[in-house]
Amino acid sequence: METPDQIRNRLLSRFPGAAVSLVSNPGPAAQHSLLLDAAHARAIATFLRDDPLLQLDLCSNVTGVDWPDREIVETTRTSTPDPAGGPAKVVEQKTKRLQPGCLEVVYHLYSVALLHGPVVLRLRTGNRSDQVTLPSLTPVWRACEFQEREVFDLFGVVFEDHPDLRRILMWDGFKDHPMRKDYVEPDDYEWEPTPHGDVLAKARKHYPAPAPAAAAKEEPKP
Amino acid sequence: MSEPAPSSPPTLTDAERDELRRQGILLTSMEELYNWGRSHSVWPLQFGLACCAIEMIAASMARFDIARFGSEVFRPSPRQADLLIVSGTVTKKMTPQVVRLWNQMPEPKYCIAMGACAISGGPFKQGYNVLKGIDRFIPVDIYIPGCPPRPEALLHGLMQLQEKIRGQKISGPDAPRHLQADTTCEYPVPDFGEHDLVPPQNPAVWQPPVIVRKEGA
Repeated sequence: METPDQIRNRLLSRFPGAAVSLVSNPGPAAQHSLLLDAAHARAIATFLRDDPLLQLDLCSNVTGVDWPDREIVETTRTSTPDPAGGPAKVVEQKTKRLQPGCLEVVYHLYSVALLHGPVVLRLRTGNRSDQVTLPSLTPVWRACEFQEREVFDLFGVVFEDHPDLRRILMWDGFKDHPMRKDYVEPDDYEWEPTPHGDVLAKARKHYPAPAPAAAAKEEPKP
Repeated sequence: MSEPAPSSPPTLTDAERDELRRQGILLTSMEELYNWGRSHSVWPLQFGLACCAIEMIAASMARFDIARFGSEVFRPSPRQADLLIVSGTVTKKMTPQVVRLWNQMPEPKYCIAMGACAISGGPFKQGYNVLKGIDRFIPVDIYIPGCPPRPEALLHGLMQLQEKIRGQKISGPDAPRHLQADTTCEYPVPDFGEHDLVPPQNPAVWQPPVIVRKEGA
């Protein structure tokens, strides 16, 4: 099979206006992926399915990723030489930059005809609140239907031209998207045998220990 | 057995009754006979939610054979069943249906919470989508711990339930809820809310436990 870089070059020559970039995976799996722009995503997907060299006829998995807003601190060092001949003076300057968040949808494609894969596609929304519409790839691969519904349910990505975009796991009146990083779950468990972390904080809120002053009074004096 | 009135003759002791039984004379009370019959013909609802249901099915098959305890008639309709075995994880989306099935069963009826999930949510206790124990909406008679409980554990739970049925009164203030005039046997079915079930629990059935934490714990 072609490498993701070769696929990207072929896509760029075939779709001149498209923005296709390679997202590399530094891990041992090294499954690099192709980040597509929303405008050309469906045309590119159709091409990948029908291309005789690739024939990616199976979409095995669709999943979502939530990237919240992230504050990035960059440190720049400038050294000014001391005119008196001493050691150079180093000034560190920290600049904060807010990287806007987005929602991402990942598609894993295989070819049953040619027995190769996966080719990983990514689509990103504009932000996490009001620009969450992406083109649906269900018209290309029918297998995406339920999985895109799941991404819609749990992440809140709206798929354009999806034939039946409803919640699939949670009920229809549910308002939240539970797989988002900022989801606040209902506070409905009261006690854990071995609480730690967030659960311990919750347990302390539900069952505050007696105040230290009251506890000290109860202690018998020597 | 009701307490003897002061004017009535003294009742027989258990030893005397056993002696009479050996002679072919059966002396019993209406309550004892009634409960004996009921306890050996508990018809469970054919209803499974997760992996515990596989153990329930195994318990009904030849190797473990729940028929030895008179409970082999799994009914496909709640209107014909008197035992609800909640066997598995109850998701919040499934909860109204479980409570509705419970409401559709005729009294006297009993509920067994089988496995860690039905008791408390089990390994999914911290999940947003799982009910933390069916006893938040339904009065549970027998809790069977395990993940999942073995068929022997289910049989033991059933025997404990039979024990409980045999001890029930058919009159007086200790009688079960369906024999009390002022209690309703209808349990409210929760609605799907915007963030959670509404209400998240039935306060008449279940209240959060009161736990006193030690300092530093």
